[in-house]
Amino acid sequence: MKLRHYLGLLVVGIGIALAVTLFSPLASSEPDGLERVAQNEGFVKQAKDAPYKVIADYVLPGVDNEHLATILAGIIGVLIVAAVALAVAFLLWRLRGAQRPTSSGDGPG
Amino acid sequence: MAMIDPSTLQSIEAPAMHIPDGFVSGPVAVAGFALAGVAIGFAVWRTNRTLGERFVPLMGVMAAFIFAAQMMNFPVAGGTSGHMLGAALAAMLLGPWPAMIVMTSVVGVQALMFQDGGLAALGANVFNMAVVACLVGYAVHVGSIRFGHLAPWVRYAAVFAAAWLSVEAAAIACSFELALSNTSPLSVALPAMVGVHAAIGVGEGLVTVAAVAFVSVTRPDLLAAEVPVTED
Repeated sequence: MKLRHYLGLLVVGIGIALAVTLFSPLASSEPDGLERVAQNEGFVKQAKDAPYKVIADYVLPGVDNEHLATILAGIIGVLIVAAVALAVAFLLWRLRGAQRPTSSGDGPG
Repeated sequence: MAMIDPSTLQSIEAPAMHIPDGFVSGPVAVAGFALAGVAIGFAVWRTNRTLGERFVPLMGVMAAFIFAAQMMNFPVAGGTSGHMLGAALAAMLLGPWPAMIVMTSVVGVQALMFQDGGLAALGANVFNMAVVACLVGYAVHVGSIRFGHLAPWVRYAAVFAAAWLSVEAAAIACSFELALSNTSPLSVALPAMVGVHAAIGVGEGLVTVAAVAFVSVTRPDLLAAEVPVTED
């Protein structure tokens, strides 16, 4: 795998995701689908706290400005999720279990 | 994502379509892990056998975009918000098996690092949002895109339908999990979940159509490869 074939796609694609996180402070704070149903039907109190918290509720701890804390949480999340998915995909591709014809999806994308 | 007013709620972890711990019983949580594990195991096997090199960066980009999109809660009727799921989009662009792995990466990181969705409920969340939503979105798209030659808008109608139904399918699966957990009877949970996600699914459909339109303009080659998993 030649990284330079895919660098543009990675930079633009992850760049778009990072750009979306800049708008995350504008996200609606209303309860969402399941939470709305849980409130209406009276089982919302059954929700239990997480046993630990890292970046709970997409607000980075220790940052006073909540908008900034949300954006930073989004940036961290985008980079971690991208790294995890890339690592898994790379491993699955590298350790591929069956020989395939080179035409099946290979080549610069 | 949801900003929660701490004066009214102290223990709600912004469930979204993400089930928090406490909503699902022990047996349902175990069944969720079992079903999700079998499905993701199969997805890993299929992807390992068939993944083309160019899908490696695409899976990373898709996961990054879906994580960001899931943060953008948009208002729907009645003081409620929804956010994109992204499973149908991933399934259309990557095929169902790589899409399941992408969605599992997103939902897993959300649970482990962002406390969005419970740890015990992670299996159920992966089952709903990665397995059910990807399979339904993919199947609806494959089933309806064959009419795409009739008119250009039919292709986008197929995309919209796949996205809308993928959200409803995940919501229906969640309703059954709530009912089996004795959290909320099916007669209550099912219509409520289907109702609110009918509106959220419209947002899902619009964003998915916009994303597919964007890809078809910028990288039409990616759409041409929408069925990377070849039968053998």
